[in-house]
Amino acid sequence: MKFIHDLIEKQKPMFEKGGKLEKLYYVFEAGETFMFTPPDVTKAKGVQVRDAVDLKRVMMTVVIALLPAIIFGLWNVGYQHHIATGEAASVGEQLLIGLQLSLPIIIVSYAAGGTVEAAFAVFRNHPITEGFLVTGILIPLVLPATIPLWQVGLASAFAVLVAKEVFGGVGMNILNVALTARAFLYFAYPAAISGDKVWTYLGEGTSTVDGFTGATFLGLAVEAQNQGVAVADFVGKAAHWASDPMSLFIGTIPGSIGETSALMCLIGALVLIWTKVADYRIIISGILGALAMGVLLNVLAPEGATYLQMPAYYHLIVGGFAFGIVFMATDPVSASQTNSGKWIYGALIGVMTVIIRVLNPAYPEGIMLAILLMNVLAPLIDHYVVNANKKRRLKRATV
Amino acid sequence: MSNNVKLKKGFDIKLVGEAAESIAKNIDTPTTFAIKPEDFPGMIRPKAVVKVGEKVKAGDPILIDGKLEEVKYTSPVSGEIVEIQRGERRKLLAVVVKADAQVEYKEFPVKPIDQVSKEEAQAILLESGVWPQLVRRPYAVVANPSDTPRALFVSAFDSHPLAPNYEFTLKGQESFIQAGIDVLKKFAPKVYLGLSGSKSSALFDGLAGVEKNKFSGPHPAGNVGVQIHHTAPVTSANDVVWTISPEGLAQVGKLFKEGKYDAKRIIAVAGPKVDKPEYVETYAGVNLETISVAKIKGDNVRVVSGNVLTGYAVGKNGFLGYYSNMVTALEEGNKARFFLSDGWLAPITSRLSFHKAFGLLGSTSKKYALDTNTNGQDRPFAVTGSFEKVVPMDIYPMYLLKAILAYDYENMEALGIYEVAEEDLALCEFIDVSKHDIQKIVRQGLDTMRLD
Repeated sequence: MKFIHDLIEKQKPMFEKGGKLEKLYYVFEAGETFMFTPPDVTKAKGVQVRDAVDLKRVMMTVVIALLPAIIFGLWNVGYQHHIATGEAASVGEQLLIGLQLSLPIIIVSYAAGGTVEAAFAVFRNHPITEGFLVTGILIPLVLPATIPLWQVGLASAFAVLVAKEVFGGVGMNILNVALTARAFLYFAYPAAISGDKVWTYLGEGTSTVDGFTGATFLGLAVEAQNQGVAVADFVGKAAHWASDPMSLFIGTIPGSIGETSALMCLIGALVLIWTKVADYRIIISGILGALAMGVLLNVLAPEGATYLQMPAYYHLIVGGFAFGIVFMATDPVSASQTNSGKWIYGALIGVMTVIIRVLNPAYPEGIMLAILLMNVLAPLIDHYVVNANKKRRLKRATV
Repeated sequence: MSNNVKLKKGFDIKLVGEAAESIAKNIDTPTTFAIKPEDFPGMIRPKAVVKVGEKVKAGDPILIDGKLEEVKYTSPVSGEIVEIQRGERRKLLAVVVKADAQVEYKEFPVKPIDQVSKEEAQAILLESGVWPQLVRRPYAVVANPSDTPRALFVSAFDSHPLAPNYEFTLKGQESFIQAGIDVLKKFAPKVYLGLSGSKSSALFDGLAGVEKNKFSGPHPAGNVGVQIHHTAPVTSANDVVWTISPEGLAQVGKLFKEGKYDAKRIIAVAGPKVDKPEYVETYAGVNLETISVAKIKGDNVRVVSGNVLTGYAVGKNGFLGYYSNMVTALEEGNKARFFLSDGWLAPITSRLSFHKAFGLLGSTSKKYALDTNTNGQDRPFAVTGSFEKVVPMDIYPMYLLKAILAYDYENMEALGIYEVAEEDLALCEFIDVSKHDIQKIVRQGLDTMRLD
């Protein structure tokens, strides 16, 4: 491998100060350090040895934790297509349809956001960081497979620019970047990301099976309440896909590409918690918060308010809750940074998600807005936690 | 009264090359010794008070701080001043002494310690060059003679990677250590001794006139700053305490019992690149050339004065630091690594990590031959919650560091700047995913608070 490294090193002068392409130094450097961990050594003063970890590895861990959700999601896109059209198809064919639809979305997401990121690195003279490695794949996973590609590109570029770079880049952002991309599309182009036309890819000239519905579970739940029918019964009748709790948990239901399977998110969560890349406090308190709010609504539910009466655990396995709480809420930059803060932050995300879902008829899904709202409040939570520490320290002084 | 403090937070970096408890023979006698201003972070205007060619005895002043002239920094050995090293803009780097074959000591008055007044003791400590062993908190700089410290803290064990064992290096010096305590009690009404909770100590258990507390757990349990935090914390800028190492205590004792500045020191020579790691008997500020020739193997090697967390690279011909109690030799990690074979995307077991991110498969209980590679590059702070796991104090390191970087005086104070020294957050620097120079930031904060 040394000769490859030497070959790359030979190009370096072109990018260094005074070189023809000096402006692109950090683009070159990003490529070089992607291929090779650089031969940098610790400084004379300061620690003489360093931990084997680096940001690339941490980010890669998240991507790996996402793999089950990605693969399942790709398959599910094809599966939903086939149960909607009534065609018989093999798992391979279903995966292929998923790939055909999703791969372009993933590529566009990386390309658009990555370009903005690289452009900022060039203009502002700082290294390209690895954060986008994760953001670039998260964005496609929270979008429906039918989304127009130009919207993906626009959202990805917008999110990197407005949610991250204007705040100073990686580590400085207040909002989760991938969710900002989704929220942008949600409010700018609602027709492409909400309602009941977008979740299942049908293809041109195909017919649908009898009893086909394009709506998601959450959409149907609102409808069930309007008609005063128990949610599970209503969805069971209205949907052409299986809606027993086990199917919901496994995730063979319509929804955004990567978000439908609570099971795959659970596997991802175990990876993230075991590697300590994500904080278990946020995930656990989020789940407890959602359950508690669900139970509270059960208790308070008036007669006929069937959505309020829906068993609380449904909230964990339908919609994007599992995906959001595992992969989005745990983003360390936009989450609370103190341990006690993380408990509060996670719990409130769970509570808010259920409130928005059930009590606000305008938005069928609540996890996105709940996380964005708590992103904004996270510094406030930390402020109080840190203040408590300051007071504790001060108190000690007078004793 | 004795407490047993069990610390859970922290991390032990286990390295190969622990020093065996024997004194190395057949090492050529080193010829030069030096005192370096960089060992004293509080020094503002270092000034050499001797000229090249001058003869000095061990204990004769050779260096002072122009801003604190009472404190003398003296020659560790007798001999001739051979060089005054200067760097850019004539910055003083080192005053170098060529040693005589037989060390001649400057004589200081000896009388029973209970008959020495505080003023006399202070004058002798200042004049002899032993005073800089006294370090004050807040700020972790050499004590100011005008301080009236509330207490003196001594950590009786060093928990740094490959650190020397005081039970071995100070064996037989109990009476000097006791004398040191007796002298320093004239300055600080209370003396706290932090013992290792995991084993009993032949050296320290019998000492009188001190409050003993036990500390167990991973490094930094042996850091005096951590021990202060758990015993009687420093709470404000005016709440001054002093610290001293056990070696410093023995030096103080010897000064008053024998009337000489004895800079003799048994140091550990350890690390992956050391041939038969063991101890070496020498003097403070020794030139490491002869030790390197005898003990260090390989060419692509970094020689560190001190341990791998708080020490600094000096090179094979460099001088041992004033406070350093060991020399560590490591391989330089100046090789690029392909990302799939042993770089960032490859599973690796040969490099230690506190983290468990993908592919970091090395066990934390095994001993490593680490090199000096940074294993990544500078990045903005992105990961949260890990610094807290290696700082066993009620402090939020990330918030403190950010307050320092923002020159936010009020928050630095409220978040605990007075309680920390570089060494207390050194583990944060080791485990930092974003590879920041955390100890440098801490010193910047301490300087900001001290000088403004």
